[in-house]
Amino acid sequence: MKEKELQVKSRTENLSKIREFIQDYASSVGFDQEAIDNMMLAVDEACTNIIKHAYKSYPDGEIVIKISYKEKKLTINIIDFGKAFHPESIPEPNIQEYYKQHRVGGLGMYLMKTLMDEVKYISIPGKYNQVFLTKSLNSSH
Amino acid sequence: MAEFNTSVKDQGDVSIVYLNGYLDAHTASVLENNFSELISKDKYKIVVNFKDLQYISSAGLGVFMAFIEKIRENNGDIKLTSMSDKVYNIFDLLGFPLLYEIYRSEEEAVKKFEEIKKLEK
Repeated sequence: MKEKELQVKSRTENLSKIREFIQDYASSVGFDQEAIDNMMLAVDEACTNIIKHAYKSYPDGEIVIKISYKEKKLTINIIDFGKAFHPESIPEPNIQEYYKQHRVGGLGMYLMKTLMDEVKYISIPGKYNQVFLTKSLNSSH
Repeated sequence: MAEFNTSVKDQGDVSIVYLNGYLDAHTASVLENNFSELISKDKYKIVVNFKDLQYISSAGLGVFMAFIEKIRENNGDIKLTSMSDKVYNIFDLLGFPLLYEIYRSEEEAVKKFEEIKKLEK
């Protein structure tokens, strides 16, 4: 299946369009709805993090999402041109801490890792950040 | 564009918030406003009905975390009910069932508040 690309501005109103883009592509290559739901959530979390952290809610940043399917593996590559991202600085989720702090942090990254087969980050400071999410057609969830 | 809306119904001194649609980083503020408004009216006994919620992301889960302590400090609670398996799985993955009471039906959740009220008398 040919690679497809979606480019949107860094605004939360675009999250639904992003989810639809993933839904359409993943269903066309044969993933079941449960796997698609997981992928949509993982991509939503990645893009929400980009909007809030890489672009700090600046509404005119670019987000590029490339999706491809090869050898029964779907790869989603999300690129932004915002602030450099250091995944190792994000704490593991801790429900008791959230309660104390009245907020959640790092949940999105945890969900991405849990819902996808593989999550990989590449950050070139001052240039771009890239996250690769992959899922095999035959993986269990 | 995906839609999200809520409606609030009072049943005795319990407020029931119905969620409908897609709760994400874009729509989370709608639910935040609901909770803020209830708190401003000193309504701390809240049941949230998830029956018509299609989707939740961590931004939606964050809304529950933002208000829960304040509500419990005022002898209230947010009790959750009628979740689809899909939405429950996300709550479960993140350990939320440890912090929130989740019921199958709205009646059960409302009843729980009434039982507490009886004990307090």
